[in-house]
Amino acid sequence: MKKLLRDSGLKGWLYLLPAILFLGVFMVYPLIDVFVYSFEEGYNSASQTFFGTGTYNYSYVLHDPYFLQAVKNTFLLVVITVPLSTGIALLISVGLNSIKPLRNLFQTIYFLPYVTNTLAVGLVFMILFKKTAYSDGLINLMITWFGGTAVDFIEGPYWARMFVLCFYTIWVVMPFKILILTSALASVDQMYYNAARVDGTSKLRTFLRITLPMISPMIFYLIITGFIGAFKAYSDVVALFGTDLNAAGMNTIVGYVYDMLYGDSGGYPSYASAAAIILFAIVLTITCINLLVSKKKVRY
Amino acid sequence: MEMRSNMETDYLKIEKNARIRKRTVNVITYILLALWALIVLFPFYWMLLTSVKSYGAYNSENIPQFFTLSPTLENYVEAFTAVPLGRYLINTTIFTLATTAIMLAVITFAAFAFARLDFKGKNIVFVLFLSLMMIPNELVIITNFVTVTNLDLRNTFPGLILPSVTSVFYIYLLKENFEQIPDSLYYAAKVDGTSDLKYLFRVMIPISKPTLITITILKVIECWNSYVWPRLITDDENYFLVSNGIQEIRENGFGRENVPAMMAAVVVISVPLILLFLVFRNKVMAGVSRGGTKG
Amino acid sequence: MEVTLQNLTKKFPARGRKNREDVIAVNDFSYKIPDGKLIGLLGPSGCGKSTTLNLISGLLKPTGGRILFGEDDVTGLPPENRGIGLVFQNYALYPHLTVRQNILFPLQNLKGKDKLSRAAMLEKADEAARLVQIDELMDRKPGELSGGQQQRVAIARALVKMPRVLLLDEPLSNLDARLRLQTREEIRRIQRETGITTIFVTHDQEEAMSISDEIVVMKEGVVQQIGRPQEVYDNPVNLFVAKFLGTPPINVFDGEIRDGRLYIGKDEVLSVKGVSDQTVYAGVRPEGFVLHKDGPLCCALSGVEVMGRDISVVSRHEASLNPAVRAIIGTENSVDTGSALVRFALKPGKVFLFNKETGERVRGQANEGEELLRP
Repeated sequence: MKKLLRDSGLKGWLYLLPAILFLGVFMVYPLIDVFVYSFEEGYNSASQTFFGTGTYNYSYVLHDPYFLQAVKNTFLLVVITVPLSTGIALLISVGLNSIKPLRNLFQTIYFLPYVTNTLAVGLVFMILFKKTAYSDGLINLMITWFGGTAVDFIEGPYWARMFVLCFYTIWVVMPFKILILTSALASVDQMYYNAARVDGTSKLRTFLRITLPMISPMIFYLIITGFIGAFKAYSDVVALFGTDLNAAGMNTIVGYVYDMLYGDSGGYPSYASAAAIILFAIVLTITCINLLVSKKKVRY
Repeated sequence: MEMRSNMETDYLKIEKNARIRKRTVNVITYILLALWALIVLFPFYWMLLTSVKSYGAYNSENIPQFFTLSPTLENYVEAFTAVPLGRYLINTTIFTLATTAIMLAVITFAAFAFARLDFKGKNIVFVLFLSLMMIPNELVIITNFVTVTNLDLRNTFPGLILPSVTSVFYIYLLKENFEQIPDSLYYAAKVDGTSDLKYLFRVMIPISKPTLITITILKVIECWNSYVWPRLITDDENYFLVSNGIQEIRENGFGRENVPAMMAAVVVISVPLILLFLVFRNKVMAGVSRGGTKG
Repeated sequence: MEVTLQNLTKKFPARGRKNREDVIAVNDFSYKIPDGKLIGLLGPSGCGKSTTLNLISGLLKPTGGRILFGEDDVTGLPPENRGIGLVFQNYALYPHLTVRQNILFPLQNLKGKDKLSRAAMLEKADEAARLVQIDELMDRKPGELSGGQQQRVAIARALVKMPRVLLLDEPLSNLDARLRLQTREEIRRIQRETGITTIFVTHDQEEAMSISDEIVVMKEGVVQQIGRPQEVYDNPVNLFVAKFLGTPPINVFDGEIRDGRLYIGKDEVLSVKGVSDQTVYAGVRPEGFVLHKDGPLCCALSGVEVMGRDISVVSRHEASLNPAVRAIIGTENSVDTGSALVRFALKPGKVFLFNKETGERVRGQANEGEELLRP
């Protein structure tokens, strides 16, 4: 028995070895390294040398207009898409839960964006919204139907580009939110609704006073994951506006990190690291605030 | 008596109002749901539609047409010949299968160690593992980029695959599942002289098959759609995955104007996952609600 | 409020494709529930009692028949317009609201001329809380209460808007044995104090018998018998009712009537007049046995259980359909536990005969004026 235990002691580590190895090389070491990078000034990736250490990288990034633009874009995206998508998803889930025929069909359709390639469908969105020399594109056609004037959503004014980005982001994140909210709604015991009905509670009041509080933990979960996800927006932006996001004025913080690392403006891992750490700090702060608020608000 | 008949009509009125209100709410609900379904489906329709319009016909449409009377498959031919779309698909398949397979092996062994074996330091390691769940990919990707570059693994499959063959979250998910298998089964197997490895493959893996399938599906979706890492690590189009391929097609591919061919490529790229989803609909949705956010 | 059910029927459409037959949950139920009484709907699970309750509450719509509250036909009315109070099996207390908010909830729904001022609402809530004796707990959340306290809150919430009819669905099933006794008394008291016609559903016959003014025994959607508890117990119309009421349950034997005499196995136990020769089921209540050294019913003694108040004699008989024959006798009797056999005489009023096919009661002037014991 003793021998068996000793054996399994070594064995345990053996079974864990691949996981530890991969995590060590590709997670733990990089985690330490990224801090080191971010404080190494003037790092040159070709010669792997640097001049000194300090906070210069941070101050460079924080004064870089491209970074500031990226922060602005990201914040706008977060502030617009998180509440909107959660709200619409809630509305749709409530609708879904109140019907029987066609419910499965709707659920299947709503889930489709989750399993599609963000880049690929982004391209379709671009085609739909783009105004070219020979055609105004489909969306503009519809806008003119209703008496509006055509706008180039892809290369036109900032608000139009932001609109497409938000629209597409919402389109992409909806499946997950609808899925979570419909199952949360379905898990509210029918007896509460029966009780409310017997007491003559109006639909609205039932929703506000019973349904919402009961699914509030899930809503807060979605808001937090929504915040984190939107702060890390990148590939859907690329899908709409191409890889040169700085030029398009639509860069995001994550996009800035990658651009610093690689590509035409790349080769600056130190700046990239500093920007990544700033992003991490922002996300962490907002998550903590969210958690604090939800502790107070979600009451059961 | 008059009171009574009054009351009766009152009741009938209440009944009728309730019925009308219910029907109205129902109709509005269906309209809203159908509207969102339309918004979801329209891009798919548009990409299918555009992909079967001929190049000439598409470009001569100043006003976009909602249907076509002369569908053509020439764009699909174009998509596979003008750009190496076939190559991208094969690359993505290799990448997806290899990553998923290696990851399944890694996490199964790790989960087994955490759930079943006793060894010193297990709990500390597990807590360390869990704390890694908080680390965003964006933070470590920079060093990984440098590491892979220094190892000379850019534009190779190992470089693409290795950084994403572990997932702390899936280890956690699987460990929880393994722990639900009663200890008595393990001791019974031990008494019969079954080795740990044999027990893992004969008992634990078959019992945990639903979870493993869920994890597989989620990982396949993630791999098929991954963009950031492949983009950083490959610049040789022989190693492009579909996401990079799409971006490449968009920027340099068919010439900027050949939208129908682009759409054909988009259709080809989207179809495998949509098929996978339609076949495993319930598994995918259950899996995602248990353990997934996008990306 | 008098509640009248007229030919009430509820069918549920068949679920699967193959079994096309509809499920008839309630079948042609007619009953005039007297005003201000406490009525127990009783039966095994799936007998349609809960469906009946839901039909009265309006949560379900009947397939046929009518429901009247007093003179008002409420058959088509939605539940909120019926003026009922409903206590759910799991109480359905809103977990995120305090006890006070839970009780206030129905009052806050009132609209138009019924609308109350905040002070009036609080007053009413306090009144309801006092009635069920939970006025100390008003600021707690349901999760912090015991099962019995939650039950009271649920009743207070149902009572606060003074319903015309109070409905309780398995009100005691989630309580432990001690609380159950206490709470059923409580329900009885509250019902008496308010005088509201109250209908409750239970599968526990003891519960129904102990507090109901009348009980309704149901089986597979069909009402078997309605009456005062003692009446139904003493005079069951069929084997099902006889078996369903009483603890320990009635002992059922294969019996035969020959020449006006009832035979259980080989034992000739009673004389029954006016019943033609046939085979029957003979049901004997546990308290229908009398220990007698020359008693006609001869059983193999298996054991004696002393309960304190009385003695339970457990024995076997070849004609018994229960695995054991259980007789309850007074403590003044002493049973010779060393003996292999035990002999009983039967009290005629505690013996019921049932048709073997239909289970319907076979009545003669069976036991009228008969001598109690047959030597």
